[in-house]
Formats: sequence, structure tokens, C-alpha cells
Amino acid sequence: MSESASTWSPVVEKDFAFTDEMRARADAAVKRYPPERKQSAVLWLLWLAQEQNGGWLSTAAIHHVAGFLGMAPIRVHEVARFYTMFRLKSKGAYCVQVCRTTSCWIRGADKITRACLDAAGTTELGEVSADGAVSVEEVECLGACCDAPMLQINDKEYRERLTPERAAEIVRELRQHAKDGK
Amino acid sequence: MLADSDRVFRNLNGADDWRLKGARDRGTWINTAELVKDGREAILERVKASELRGRGGAGFPTGLKWSFMPKEVGDRPHYLVVNADESEPGSCKDREILRNDPHMLLEGSLVAARAMGVARAYIYIRGEYWEPLERLDAAISEARDAGLLGDDAPGGAFDVEVTRGAGAYICGEETAMLESLEGKKGLPRLKPPFPAGVGLWGCPTTVNNVETLAVVPTILRRGVEWWRGLGLPKNTGTKIYSLSGSVERPCNVEEELGVPLRDLLEKYAGGVCGGWENLQAIVPGGSSMPMLPKSVCDDLTMDFDTLASHRSGLGTGGVIVMDNSVDVIEAVRRFSHFYMHESCGQCTPCREGCGWIYRVLSRLAAGEGEGDEVDLLWTITKQIEGHTICAFGEAAAWPVQGLLRHFRGEVESRVKEVTDVKEVA
Amino acid sequence: MTTTVKLTVNGGEVEVPQGSTVLQACEAAGVEIPRFCYHERLSIAGLCRMCLVEMERAPKPIASCAMPAGDGMVIRTDTAAVKAAREGVMEIQLINHPLDCPICDQGGECDLQDQSLGYGRGYSRFTDEKRAVAEQYMGPLIQTFMNRCIHCTRCVRFAAEIAGVEDLGVIGRGENARITTLGRPLDSELSGCLVDVCPVGALTSAPYSFAARPWELSHTESIDVTDGVASNIRIDSRAREVLRVLPRVHEDINEEWIHDKARHSIDGLRLQRLDRPYLRGANGRLEEVSWNDALRTLAEKLTAAAPSRVGAIAGDLADCESLYALRALLRGRGVTNLDCRQEGGARLPLVAQVFNAGIAGIEDADAVLLVGTNPRDEGALVNARLRKRFLRGDFRIASLGAEADLTYAVEHLGDSPQTLESLADGSHSFAEVLRGAERAMVMVGASVLARTDGAALMHLLCRLCETTGVAGKGQDWNGFCVLQKSASRVGGLMLDFLPGDGGMNSVEMLAASERGEMDLIWLLGADEIPMEKLGETFVVYQGHHGEAGAARADLVLPSAAWPEKDGIYVNTEGRVQLARRAIFPPGEAREDWKIARALSDKTGETLPFNSLRELRARMFADVPALSELDSPLREKWRPFGEAGTAGDLPLGHSVSDFYRTDVISRLSRTMRECSEARRRARAGVETATEAAAA
Repeated sequence: MSESASTWSPVVEKDFAFTDEMRARADAAVKRYPPERKQSAVLWLLWLAQEQNGGWLSTAAIHHVAGFLGMAPIRVHEVARFYTMFRLKSKGAYCVQVCRTTSCWIRGADKITRACLDAAGTTELGEVSADGAVSVEEVECLGACCDAPMLQINDKEYRERLTPERAAEIVRELRQHAKDGK
Repeated sequence: MLADSDRVFRNLNGADDWRLKGARDRGTWINTAELVKDGREAILERVKASELRGRGGAGFPTGLKWSFMPKEVGDRPHYLVVNADESEPGSCKDREILRNDPHMLLEGSLVAARAMGVARAYIYIRGEYWEPLERLDAAISEARDAGLLGDDAPGGAFDVEVTRGAGAYICGEETAMLESLEGKKGLPRLKPPFPAGVGLWGCPTTVNNVETLAVVPTILRRGVEWWRGLGLPKNTGTKIYSLSGSVERPCNVEEELGVPLRDLLEKYAGGVCGGWENLQAIVPGGSSMPMLPKSVCDDLTMDFDTLASHRSGLGTGGVIVMDNSVDVIEAVRRFSHFYMHESCGQCTPCREGCGWIYRVLSRLAAGEGEGDEVDLLWTITKQIEGHTICAFGEAAAWPVQGLLRHFRGEVESRVKEVTDVKEVA
Repeated sequence: MTTTVKLTVNGGEVEVPQGSTVLQACEAAGVEIPRFCYHERLSIAGLCRMCLVEMERAPKPIASCAMPAGDGMVIRTDTAAVKAAREGVMEIQLINHPLDCPICDQGGECDLQDQSLGYGRGYSRFTDEKRAVAEQYMGPLIQTFMNRCIHCTRCVRFAAEIAGVEDLGVIGRGENARITTLGRPLDSELSGCLVDVCPVGALTSAPYSFAARPWELSHTESIDVTDGVASNIRIDSRAREVLRVLPRVHEDINEEWIHDKARHSIDGLRLQRLDRPYLRGANGRLEEVSWNDALRTLAEKLTAAAPSRVGAIAGDLADCESLYALRALLRGRGVTNLDCRQEGGARLPLVAQVFNAGIAGIEDADAVLLVGTNPRDEGALVNARLRKRFLRGDFRIASLGAEADLTYAVEHLGDSPQTLESLADGSHSFAEVLRGAERAMVMVGASVLARTDGAALMHLLCRLCETTGVAGKGQDWNGFCVLQKSASRVGGLMLDFLPGDGGMNSVEMLAASERGEMDLIWLLGADEIPMEKLGETFVVYQGHHGEAGAARADLVLPSAAWPEKDGIYVNTEGRVQLARRAIFPPGEAREDWKIARALSDKTGETLPFNSLRELRARMFADVPALSELDSPLREKWRPFGEAGTAGDLPLGHSVSDFYRTDVISRLSRTMRECSEARRRARAGVETATEAAAA
């Protein structure tokens, strides 16, 4: 089954609190803004929470961020569900996002997606592979149109000028990495 | 063709060192104090005289925009916000500046700050740009260590902070960006008030695109006349074009405004796949700009006014090329999916209309549309265009209008044939 | 001075105050502008795009609700382009809106329905499937039909701005954006107003679900009697039933909001009604009797008893006419044991017992000290006004009493009555704040007046006011404000339904009863006294609901509840208002004044009025202030209270459960649900309705 945000339940899964390291980074993020504008750091803090939580945001994590910044929880939920890079469900160890928009599509994005899904052994976009290692999604333009077709791994690394073969290889490597515990 | 000596961006392709040393070797930060020593009005006058127009899509005169800021800094500090939320499909130029020459942006921000009484700038970078973010962070640290940012920055205290976005195209709209910087959803604000009066945290704010700011120091360094000698009247200077789609070698390249499209594609991108005659259409300035058919492209020059005269626009300079093998309806359908996905959902026409466009266009692309749906599609775009809080409405409507304006026959040829029944009846 | 701007609307010139919007200017010019998201008491969202108009030199139509009116603007609303723009928006608005008007409770009073008549097509060009949206749990009072939501965000803005509870939001993006509470009901006394602000049938009244169509209802303009604020309301009834209560605008009292008890305790009207007289028989059980027998029995008891051994206590829902008639009857017999304060209290001048600055006066204040009150529970609309003032900024609020979330920032000064001493002698830092303020306010809860050390505390409060300039002789501003919690109180005080010379107050009457020193106690709708103290006394309960009072009574005289009679009430400001009859009382229940009048025939001291009009003429002659409708009392300042020591009992609140304060709301099932929902929400119990509904 594909997982859309609307099936997500607000029931608190488990407790969440920033580790000391994350707390220090959160404090630093807050300092980027004037003292009375703590709320401005909410994106940074959600990023940190997502990182600490293994690539997705639990309700507990969202509430922790709300408490940290003195915001009403609903306002943080609104933010977490507005920006599509915040995930409300686990997408496996590696989330592979293939750009689907026109420039990439013209240069074969569909084939890249197909190759990634096949290599992950999944059929649906967003489905986590049986080994829990990889999910493959299609996303809108990632701003690398001159290096099309391309994909992104875990919100960070870009892989560009792909062929279906290279894309499949990337996914296989990620599954191996996950297996090796990297 | 732009002479290498006239290039503003000398490390666009990233072959050279992106760090401070490399930047200095290329001329950045070498005499910043000199550039700003004449003070606010002088900088403003020079930028106005250069006729620099914003590189973020709208092409608004930069000097004029800066002049909207209050003349004196009152109780509320002034802010500069750098729009590094490059998300327009077809555009990937700012990414190259951010990761291959970040100091150009920092120096440009400082100069702009001096022209507006700004002591602090926020760079809002799209969440997906991880590598550019890391380099930008590193560049800021280098600049602080070198006394180029911070209390001892050239011309007085000035610093830069970064906010990482998290996946929302709409945050490229300047007031949505301000909302996002304030820690909220990126919902565009009603205007008036405009950011120069009431912007970030209610303070006077100017939002500028990365490329716009990055070229300013060079304009001041080499002189307004040099800049005006490039390009065309009212379309002065150089611009980075992102050439993608059906070309042999997609690339970002800096060229003069007013460069012939064909030269641009053939000299830098290896030409259209299958040759010029195989060209079907282009999107000239990022996904929002209506596509133009080959007949227009044959002697098209790439500048704000020429493209506007063809009822399209230079936008961000992101050129998406489609050769004859490309299904133009599907290409636009992908754009419509993008706009449906990225609509913030705040105002009615865009929230509901983008999905409607996408669904009708999907039927038409799949050959399941009915005859009157072509007209319906056109009218939906007209019901959205001009009726929304921000320019997203136009952005969503125009690509479809471009398709229908130039490829209506193509769209109609795919319509199911049952529609004549109505006429018979 | 407000300056004005002149602009042209459809060729005619119109002048409006600076700061008006184009929409307001158009209205001033008599031009109607369609709108969904715009609400004059909420922040401007400008997002429905229905109010588009043309402005000269603007390239695109503008949202008139969001555009400030400027001098020399040229606006047109009557062009083909404006019509096309609105029709275009309307069609798009409707594509995902279900065509379920025939089964929608909003039908007949729906902004979308009305405006689609003007701007809609007779058919839809939208052929895709409409969006399905999960319902939301917003508490027991709101039934959602989220498919109908048009995303105007009025509800979100109301919750965040007026109600002061950030429990509502919009999550998701684009066409998937939706309003949500994330399963937590709105923790607000004003939640029912969401139904009013929703321009469509997305948020409907749950207790009123499918009850009636608006055109079947009779409307009666009345006032709410569930607290001392007396919000203005409209009662919608059909035949013998009150089906719903809606707010009426009164800018000085409730603006256009009412709280949930005013709106939704009405189901209590139908339950456990006293619809015929009862007399406690030899077997100790209440047995039905005729009015004739009931009154004859009572007349016998009354004439047999010594006046000093007879007393009357009036409850919180008594109207002035009832109080006047009963007082006239008993005082005529020499009875001085009367009290309209069930909890008793010291004798104080009227100026010490009313909200002198007026509720709207809160907006003029720049600092306030709350003493022994939780205005959120005791006067929800007063609290809304405090919040409104708070949002404007530069408003210091401190509270002395039990701590509570009042929806705005409050400096809590603890709950010790002794703190009043340091405030009164000026040594407390907040006394400095009050002194420094131009218009400071001291808001005192009813709980303070009822304390045994009430007179001493009131004396301290009086000194505090005089020393800090909150109030005093010869001052224009009187910031001393008592927030009375019962609708009957100020009227009772004005009518002197109070112990006469040598008379006992409620507490003393009960004590005397307990000692067996009373022969007859008459409870006029008094259900909130400790009944066990009545001892062996013969108790008459005159009222409309069978609860504590009727259960203890030896004689039950069934009377009309507030929507079943015309009556005058005086609110906490001393504002005289009329409650009007919307329906008839059940069975043999009678209007209260008629009961006293009928009894007076039996006792042989016939009261000198035969109609409500005659009664009122007499009452107005005795207490002229009662004839001045809708003007708050302006009592002269005079010192009050008695020097004494403040006790140790912490300052508390007078309302423990907002939803259940009087006999009707305590019997209301809806109020019980609300009370329970609040308890759960505050205990942090979340309801995961989202997952199930997806």
C-alpha cells in the first residue's frame, strides 16, 4: 500500500527528546534569529528531530519541537505537514527520490524510476523494500535540470546524469549498505 | 558571443576552487571596501544606472526595488533576504553559484546591504540543496574568519544567516519566504503592505535572487558602462541560462541578454537533439513561462522584452528544449502536476483550480478528453489567472495557455471523436 | 480625530474613515460585495477571492477585503470583468463542494448557497470525482461535514484570535489542505461560535442536527440568563420547543459571540420539568395537588407563622418581576428575612457590587487586577473582551486567586487574601502598576463578596482603588468592577430583595432553620444552597425544574423557565434588559409573578397589580432605574466594606464547572458532555479519529 500523509495517526508513538548533541545544535539554530523570534528556528529543529528520529517525524518529535520553541503543537504540525521533505512515516534506511518533472522526464526519468523500483523489489512508489533498506519515490523538480535525469538520497546527496543501469546499481548499493549497517 | 573577459561568473561549472582563496583569485572580495565606500546613495544610483533587472523571474529593476526601503533605519532593523529557494522547473543556475562560487553571493549581499541600511541578511536555501548549503555554510565561516562578515565587515557590521527550507516551491514567492523564515507555513501574504514597508518580522525587507545579488559587485567593480555595454537597452548585462531537455549537452551558461536562442543552444549545449529542424518547442524561462513553437524560436533572442512580446517571458532563464519526439501535452501535464502539488492551498482559484487543470489535461493527454474540454481547459486557466493572492496562479495557468495557444491542433487531434453528437443533436 | 478618505465606487463618491478597506467603502456606498473568508471581527485572510473588484490602474482585480481604501481610488464593482472574475471563482469554489444542500443544516442560511444564486452557473462543468475529506472531532457541540469546507479559515482565525485556543489549524497543502483539530476538541467556552462563523455547512451545531429548517422557526429576541453578563440572544423555537439559541449583536456586551452554555444548555429546558403543584403528603412523598389546594395550604402556613420565622431565598435565574412580586407579598406581611444571594454576604452599596467600568470599558483600560475570579468560567464574554484588549498590547494583567489558563498572559500574584493588604497599602509592586496606569481596573469575583471575611476584603479593595486611582470620589473613571455570576443578582439588589431591618441573610436563615427557629422558607428557584440545613422547616419551592430544591420541598409551585416568560434582568454592569417569552410553560406551570399575585388573594392582602404591565408600572415607580433599558448603572463612588482582618482561606473562584452552574445547565445532557469532554481534553486524552477516518 502506498502511504499518504492522510493515513498518519496523531497518536503519540513514543517519547522523544533531543540528545545533548542535538539540543546544542537546536540552541545554535535558535541563535540564528533575534531572541524574540525563536519560532523562526522551527524548520531547523524539525530537520534535527527528523535526523535524530531516523528520517521521519513522529508526533512525539513534533510535540517536543513545539515545547522547545514554546509554540502551540498545532502550529508545528501545520509546518511539518506543509513542507514535503518532512516525512511522517518511516521510509526505510534510504529514501530514494527520483525527479519526475519535465526536464528530467524528457531525458528518461520514467525509466529511472522503473529501474529503481525494480532494484528495490517494490512495485508502489513510497513502498519500503522488504529488507527495510530502501523506498523509491517520485518528487517534483529538484533543481538539477541540466544534469537530468537525477535522483536524491536521504534529502542530501544528488546522483545526476543517470542511466537506468546506473540508477539500479545505486539502489543495489544502498541495499548493501543497509545490510552492512553503514 | 560573450567574451571570456566579460564573464561575471568564472567558476560556474565548478572546475575551479569554490573557497575563499579561489574566489579572491577570481576577483571576489578583493576591494569590497572600495565598492561600498561612497555610501548608500551612491551604490543605489549605480545599480539603478546599470538597469540591472532581477534574475529571479519577474525582471523587476533591482535599483528601483532597493529604493523602496525606508531612507533611514528607524526602530525596526532592515533586512535583506536572499532567495536561494530555486525551485522553478527548468532552472538550476543558482545552485551552481551557491556551490561553485558562494562568495560571490556573500559579497553581493554585503553590497546590497550597504545600499539599504541592512545589517543582517538571511539566505533562504531550498531544503534539497544540501551540497550548496554545506558550501555556503563553509563560505560564511571563511568570510567571518577573514573579517568580511561580522562586526568588522567592509563598511561596518554585517552578517548573514542561513535558513534551510524543507520542500515547498511556494517559498520562492517572496512573502511566502518571509512567512517561512518566521517559522510558519509558506503562505504568500496579501499585498499591500509590501515587504519594503512590512517584511520579515514586520521590518522593512528586500528579497533578492541569488544571481541578482551575485552580479552586483562585478557591476560596481567594472563600472556601470561596461555592464550597459552588454545586452540590449533595458535588458542590460549578462544572464545565466539553464539549457535542459532535448539538447545534446545540457548546461548552465552565462551569456548576454538578447543572445539568439539558436546560438545559445548550438554553441553551448551541442544543439537540439537531431538538429535545429528537429526542434518542436521551447519553454524559455522556467516552467511558468508559456512555451514557444519552433516558428517563433527560429529568430528568437533571449531577453525580457522580446520574450514578453511573444506572450511569454525570460523568467529565470531556464530553457527547456523539446524536440519532435517529445509529447508536448505530456510535458505540460507534468508542469500541471507540479503546480497542483506545490499550490499552498490558501486561496480558492489556485487550490481547487490547479487540480482541475491537471485532471482535464491528463484526460486530454491520454486521448480520453472530450471536445469541449479544450475550451474548458482554457477558461479554467483564465479563471485562475489574475485572481489569486500571489503569482502562482499565473504560473500554473500560463504553461497551459502556451500549450493551447501554439499546439491547440495537437491537443484537439487527441480528443475522443464522440463529441460531434452534440452538433448532430 | 479620525480622518477620512474619499474614493469613487461605481461612479459615486464615498467618504470612509481612514483605515477602512475597499470592501467597507463599497458597503458604505451601498454596494454589496460577496465574501466568504472576510469577517469583520477576524483578521483579514483575503483568500476566498470572492470579493474581487476593479481598481483603476491595477492590472488585476483586487481583493476588496484586504485593500486599504485610499484617497482618490476609483473602484468599480459593476463591470463585466468583475462579474466574470467572481463567477470564475465561484465555479472553482464549487467543484469540490458537495451538492447536498437538501440534507445540509446550513441550507437556507448558507453564504455559499446564497452567493451561488448570484454568481453560480445552473450546472457544473466539473466531471471528476469530488474530494472526500475526513470528519474532525471538535467537541460535543460541533458536527463536521468537512467535504463542504471551503477553506475560508474563519474557524481557525476565530479559535486563535477570539477564543484564544490554538487548537485548530490547516494541515496539508494545495487541494489536500484541510482544517483539523488533530483529534483534540476545542477547549473553549465559545466553541459554538465556530458554527456561526462557518459560512457553509462544514461546521454545524451537533445538538441542533437535522432538527429544523430555518424558515420553520419563530425568532424571539431575548437575553441569556446563564451568567451575570446577559449576552444578547435570539431564541429560535417551533411550537413548544426552543430549538436553538443564536447570538445577537450587542457591541457593549457580547459583540456577536455567546458562550456554549447560553447556546446549548437549552436541552435542559425539556428535562425534569415541574408541570404541576406538589404537596408532601403524610407518607412523606410529594403528591400532585391542584393549584387551589397548593395555594390554600401555603396561605394557611403563611398566615399562621410569625413573620420573623418566615424567610425567602431567591436563586440565580429569578427575573425582576418575580422578585418584586414575592418581596411585595412577604414584606407586606412584615417578613424581613429576604435574600437574593444564596450564598449570603455582607451588606454593601450597589457601587461595590457592579461592574462599574462596563464590559466595553475593558477596552479602555490599560491594567487590570483580577481578584478571586476566573472570568473565563464566570463571564466568558468578559474574558473574551479581556483577551481582545490583551491582543492590542500594552495591557498588564495580574491575578490574585486560584491559577487558571485565561487564554492570555497573566501575572499570578498567588492566592493569599493577605496580599490584598500589601496591595492596599501600596507596598506591592502591582499596586505601582495600577497607580501608573491611566485607566486601571480591579475586577472582583462573586466569590469574594460571599466570604465570611468579605466585608474586610471589600474594605481593602476599596482602599486599594482609592490609593491607586482605580476609582474614587470625583473621578470620571471607575475601574472597580464586580463580575457577578448570576443573572438575577443586580436586579435583586436594586429591588432590595435583601434582609430588612433585623432580617436575616441566606446563611443566617439556614442556620436558624437548622436550629429549628424557622417555620417557612420560600425558595424562589434557589437550588444552590445546602438543603440539609433546612432542617424541619416547611419549605416552599417555586421553580421550574425538579432538582435539589424541589426534592427537599414540602410544597412545589411550578413556574415558567426563562424562555417561557417576559422578564427584566439586570446584568453585572447594572444594565437593564428584557428577556422575552418564546414558548409557553409546560402543563400547569405559571409565570412567577402570577403565583405571588394569586397567593395574595388567598392571604387576603391582594397585591395591587393584575397584569405584568401594572406590576412593572409599580416596580418602576419604586425603582426608577429599572425602567431605563440598556443603560448601565453609573453609581457614585462611596467607601464600602468594614475594616477587619483578611482570613486565611485562599482566594478561589465561584464557578467550578463552567458548563453546569444552574438547574437547567446541570440537567442538560449537552452540558454534561461538554463538561466531560473538557475534563478529558485537559487531562491530555487525545482522540485518534483521524486515522480511522482516512
